[in-house]
Amino acid sequence: MALNTEIKKVLVIGSGPIVIGQAAEFDYSGTQACQALREEGIEVVLVNSNPATIMTDKEIADKVYIEPLNVKYLEKIIEKERPDALLAGMGGQTGLNLAVELYDKGILDKYNVKIIGTSIESIKLGEDRELFRDLMKKINQPVIESEIVKSIDEGVYFAEKIGYPVIVRPAYTLGGTGGGIAENKDELVEILEKGLSLSTIGQVLIEKSVKGWKEIEYEVMRDGNGNCICVCNMENIDPVGIHTGDSIVVAPSQTLSDVEYQMLRKAALDIITAVGIVGGCNVQFALNPNSFEYAVIEINPRVSRSSALASKATGYPIAKVAAKIAIGYGLDEIKNEITKKTYACFEPSLDYVVVKIPKWPFDKFNNADRVLGTKMMATGEIMSIGSNFESALLKGIRSLETGRFCLYDEDYMDYETEVLIERVKDADDERIFILSELIRRKIDINTLYKITMIDKFFLYKIKSIVEDEQMLKGITKEELSKDLLNKLKKKGFSDKGIAKLLNCNVNDIYDLRKEWAIQVSYKMVDTCGGEFDAVTPYYYSTYEEFDEVDVSDRKKVLVIGSGPIRIGQGIEFDYASVHCILALKKIGIETIIVNNNPETVSTDFNIADKLYFEPLTEEDVLNIIEKEKPCGVILQFGGQTAIKLAKFLSSKGINILGTSSEQIDIAEDREKFDELLEKLNIKRPRGKAVWNIEDGINVAEKLGYPVLVRPSYVLGGQGMEITKNEQELKYYLTSAFERDSKNPILIDKYLQGKEIEVDAISDGENILIPGIMEHLERAGVHSGDSITMYPSQNVDEDIKAKIVDYTKKISKAIGIKGMINIQFIECQGELYVIEVNPRASRTVPYISKISGVPIVEVATRVMLGEKIENMGYGVDLFKTPNIIAVKVPVFSTQKLPNVEVSLGPEMKSTGEVLGIGKTLEEALYKGFLAAMLYTLEDKGTIVATISDNDKQEFLNIAKKLYELGYKIVATEGTREALNKENIDTELVEKVNSKENNILDVIRNKNITLVVNTPTKGNDSERDGFKIRRAAIEKNIGVITSLDTLNALVDVKMSGVEKEEARVYAI
Amino acid sequence: MRAKLILENGIEFTGNAFGYLNETVGEVVFNTGMTGYQELLTDPSYYGQIVVMTYPLIGNYGVNFDDIESSSPKVKGFVVRELCQNPSNFRCNKDLNTYLIENKIIGLEGIDTRELTKILRSSGTMKGIIAIDNLTKDEISTRLKNFSNKDAVYRVSTKEKYQVDGNGKHVAVIDFGIKQNILRSFIKRGCKLTVFPANVTAKEILDVNPDLVFLSNGPGDPEDLTYVIDNIKRIIGIKPIVGICLGHQLLALSLGGKTQKLKFGHRGYNHPVKDLGKNKVYITSQNHGYYVSQIPNDVIVTHISMNDETVEGMRHKILPIYSVQFHPEACPGPKDNDYIFDEFLSLAL
Repeated sequence: MALNTEIKKVLVIGSGPIVIGQAAEFDYSGTQACQALREEGIEVVLVNSNPATIMTDKEIADKVYIEPLNVKYLEKIIEKERPDALLAGMGGQTGLNLAVELYDKGILDKYNVKIIGTSIESIKLGEDRELFRDLMKKINQPVIESEIVKSIDEGVYFAEKIGYPVIVRPAYTLGGTGGGIAENKDELVEILEKGLSLSTIGQVLIEKSVKGWKEIEYEVMRDGNGNCICVCNMENIDPVGIHTGDSIVVAPSQTLSDVEYQMLRKAALDIITAVGIVGGCNVQFALNPNSFEYAVIEINPRVSRSSALASKATGYPIAKVAAKIAIGYGLDEIKNEITKKTYACFEPSLDYVVVKIPKWPFDKFNNADRVLGTKMMATGEIMSIGSNFESALLKGIRSLETGRFCLYDEDYMDYETEVLIERVKDADDERIFILSELIRRKIDINTLYKITMIDKFFLYKIKSIVEDEQMLKGITKEELSKDLLNKLKKKGFSDKGIAKLLNCNVNDIYDLRKEWAIQVSYKMVDTCGGEFDAVTPYYYSTYEEFDEVDVSDRKKVLVIGSGPIRIGQGIEFDYASVHCILALKKIGIETIIVNNNPETVSTDFNIADKLYFEPLTEEDVLNIIEKEKPCGVILQFGGQTAIKLAKFLSSKGINILGTSSEQIDIAEDREKFDELLEKLNIKRPRGKAVWNIEDGINVAEKLGYPVLVRPSYVLGGQGMEITKNEQELKYYLTSAFERDSKNPILIDKYLQGKEIEVDAISDGENILIPGIMEHLERAGVHSGDSITMYPSQNVDEDIKAKIVDYTKKISKAIGIKGMINIQFIECQGELYVIEVNPRASRTVPYISKISGVPIVEVATRVMLGEKIENMGYGVDLFKTPNIIAVKVPVFSTQKLPNVEVSLGPEMKSTGEVLGIGKTLEEALYKGFLAAMLYTLEDKGTIVATISDNDKQEFLNIAKKLYELGYKIVATEGTREALNKENIDTELVEKVNSKENNILDVIRNKNITLVVNTPTKGNDSERDGFKIRRAAIEKNIGVITSLDTLNALVDVKMSGVEKEEARVYAI
Repeated sequence: MRAKLILENGIEFTGNAFGYLNETVGEVVFNTGMTGYQELLTDPSYYGQIVVMTYPLIGNYGVNFDDIESSSPKVKGFVVRELCQNPSNFRCNKDLNTYLIENKIIGLEGIDTRELTKILRSSGTMKGIIAIDNLTKDEISTRLKNFSNKDAVYRVSTKEKYQVDGNGKHVAVIDFGIKQNILRSFIKRGCKLTVFPANVTAKEILDVNPDLVFLSNGPGDPEDLTYVIDNIKRIIGIKPIVGICLGHQLLALSLGGKTQKLKFGHRGYNHPVKDLGKNKVYITSQNHGYYVSQIPNDVIVTHISMNDETVEGMRHKILPIYSVQFHPEACPGPKDNDYIFDEFLSLAL
């Protein structure tokens, strides 16, 4: 086999917005694939609706389309670009499903586009549960007894035949959405209702539960010649029953003997051979812990989250190799990039331990049901590498940025043992800490094993950490010996963890390390266990004797990455980090990146000159700085994760490039910032920091309700709310001070105006604003959750001039060198500043792509001393583009039980899409479509419950809906108001009514859209919550802001959807 | 107890001794397998060697009754980064430490095994001592000088000829330190086996009139086995001959080829080998310090290593002679190459 020279132009489909179950890993795989294709001189056409990705850069593909990922738009692109081939397996489930759809509809045939890589037939064999099961039977691979059902009755019948518990898995959904384990009939019916409606083909699989078996995954590859290899196997610490995306995973497997390892490896290779994979594949097994019995759970005939993890865990670039295979190469013809001598046709050997821990959004969603199951809930993950399991685990725990540096947690000390035991029965995100507490209380390992079915190997490892922690709690700092400290560091203990347990200052531990010369050392990830000389600059820390990093004498800069994907800090920051590195490389500076997120492009070892896969904590980052001695550190692109290191690094005398730590503090410290605005004569909503409830109420009275309340120092609007009266405020303050009495609560006057946002670059003298963005929703909705229009549509010239002026003044006064993000409110002709972030924000990628200003590059060069005026983009406001780009947020709340859906000051979205058009309507239409929010099919039924404050405003929109022919169903108050305006409205009863209640209607009738504007602090809040959840779980669109609804209705009225689809290469 | 690994080149690594606390001398080699330590320990080809595992956590699933390739462990010493204290597996019968104590083998843990591997990779395989006591320079050099592995094959080979009944082909196996799974692979195919010690004569072999002669794996330098080579020469042309690993090297020497020592050997289960006939690559289990550096006349190369292009298999152009350098029997390692046994048997009379 060799390169297929008939392939000249390839279409690559991305995975769309970041949602739970489909995150940055597909930006990594897609970017790798594009690079691998272009290396061969193949032209790449890339389509993705997600603008925050690196793959949608002009540098990555020859033609980039940021367009909705559906057949209509893809056909347009195919028609225009006429690619020879489509590479299907890089865009996650979304990309795969689209490829199948394009094929089934004959579009690929029509335009003579070949599928390269794994064929459609093979994809279907792997994806369609019935076909897959039949194939497995044919090749004697055991599968779990299961049946596909299309109705609740069928499901119950089958479950009673095979016996409970059973697992329910809907066909063709992301991250197991809508699945679950049912212990009895009632539970089954509930899960089936959801699952059947969520599956795009109305099918779910019911299977016998093998809960408690080990869950083992194999990442395997096969080329067109039939050569097969296993890249990596991974063992889920949490047994079958918890989605692998929500499991703590270790690579390689730890508790399998060679017999078990090879048995499953062979099964995996036999399976991909039978399926006919050409590229990468993930195979999941359940393995009985008490025998050699196993069963195939499922396969993913494409690159996946697990393959990204395996790539980072081993150094073997699965997506890249898969792309090379797709264009004809054999595994024996592709060089191993790490050794440059050996070939891709080998199996990596690890000489370290890798641990992956999911990052869950429960810190944001206090009320969420956090019990883990077969539906994935994590938004992101971290990976850590250690010389032993304990160090990998402890590194992982501190990488999560939950403020924890050891397993010991006071929070669980007060609970009764029985309560804790009850809690580990059903795993949740805190299980490992609760298990630690139980081990601390001397609960026998066998008992814990029986309850959790977590292999005793892992429980003993946790025990060994807990024992050291207990020992430390029993001694003083003076009793800490050199040998003991050395042993603890080897085991992965952090200075902070040790200091906490010894009850001393963290600097004491640092000083002791220096005094005793207990040195961190760095080892290389080389795919081959040291067998061959490797050239990869990919490192992790240990406390082994020997260090293998060669420090060059070149000028170098350290870039701090942004850690795991979470709500409020997503893939945008990886985009910025990567571009910062590329900009530095261009200038000829050696680049070093530190990050711990295995899903990202920044942790691809090809990006920076050196990659340190390490936690982003003070200690771990300082160790690297002491080793590499860079001339400076860049924090502005790593989100809040990086920014919060500023003070520490600065105190250690480390040079922070661009805006300094003190200057960052001016922007982040409320009082200093207020002072600054005062001095500059710039308005901001009046407000004050308060330390107790009475002060709070007094302040609010002076300001006048509604007021905006939030804790100081927040990320993504965490804990931010608008309170409309004293009762609501009191409720908020009480619970806020209960949680944290050490920090003040900020109370601001809430201004109901237009929100405007800029990302700007400042060199201390001049500024450059690539664009002014306008939010579609009025102030009060978090900027990350608002629809954002660029260029702004309703901001007049003198306000624009004021924005430029304020931005310049603020930047100069703070002394910003690099990025700044400012959010404004325009209210009754006045401009107010509401927030300043002295760093890159989430809109940077989007504005860079549309304006054409390489924002990160310009900012990076400014940080190194260049002047904006010399860079060719002018100063002040950059020219307005001739297209309109609308950013629409995308939510994953459906996947998080019991989580609030309505928009507010606290950010809830996980991702975003962009709609690009010549007119606002076209851009909005495409944005809604790409975000799956364009739910207004013709002549449907809309359920409306509108709060009293909003009723008047709703009438105007309702009229338009009525004209468009929609039927409106409303609760009594709303119906009355509508009827008065001669809008025929059907009545639906409130949540608690026995008959015709709104929840029944949502669940059982064919509803197009639910409109619900929330009220707060009374019963209707809970009713509203139930209504919204019912809709979201039924996969019905929910709109909670009238601004959004109005925009949607206007788009519908404009008739843009009837026009021919247009696509724009950017 | 603190102990040291002292290498021939003077470099020392200090760690903790485990297993049977008694000084040992051997050839220090590394293995990159992440599982399969019990099979490895009992593989007679490791006789005379101190084995270093590159994977840091060893002993995780303990030791069981089944995963053995010979009656007892054969290594001289075992070096790991971390020995597992609390193994876990449904077949686990005892922990690795106890197993090594019972079998009088010393282990060393807690050293930087990656650095050690890199030294062996760049300086080549060398002798070493695991020492509990402090040794003088003279003591070290005497011990290293006195270490010889020349009689390794005779030590691990069966002492007596024995038979395994079967209804299929009759295979005469010459045991140079055979792994049990090779025997099991033949038995699985119904073969009748007559297993001979290494010091067997050609006549004794020919007397049982086998359908196929199999030359097994085993430890040491093939050039040391002149007696065996002489015997093989007497069988060539009379009976079909196949071989694995040492057996493959001995065949090459018997046919007039040459062997040489590899700088640091191939030891692991991730070695890609291309079957030139099938034009396919297989992942193989390997364990050899020597290789066929020059193939004999009238012999073609059937397999090559994808890593360093060394010969991994050969076949005589005319005679029914075929051998491979890697281990198709796996144990430990991937089972992808089981087909080699079918190819072996296809040569049987």
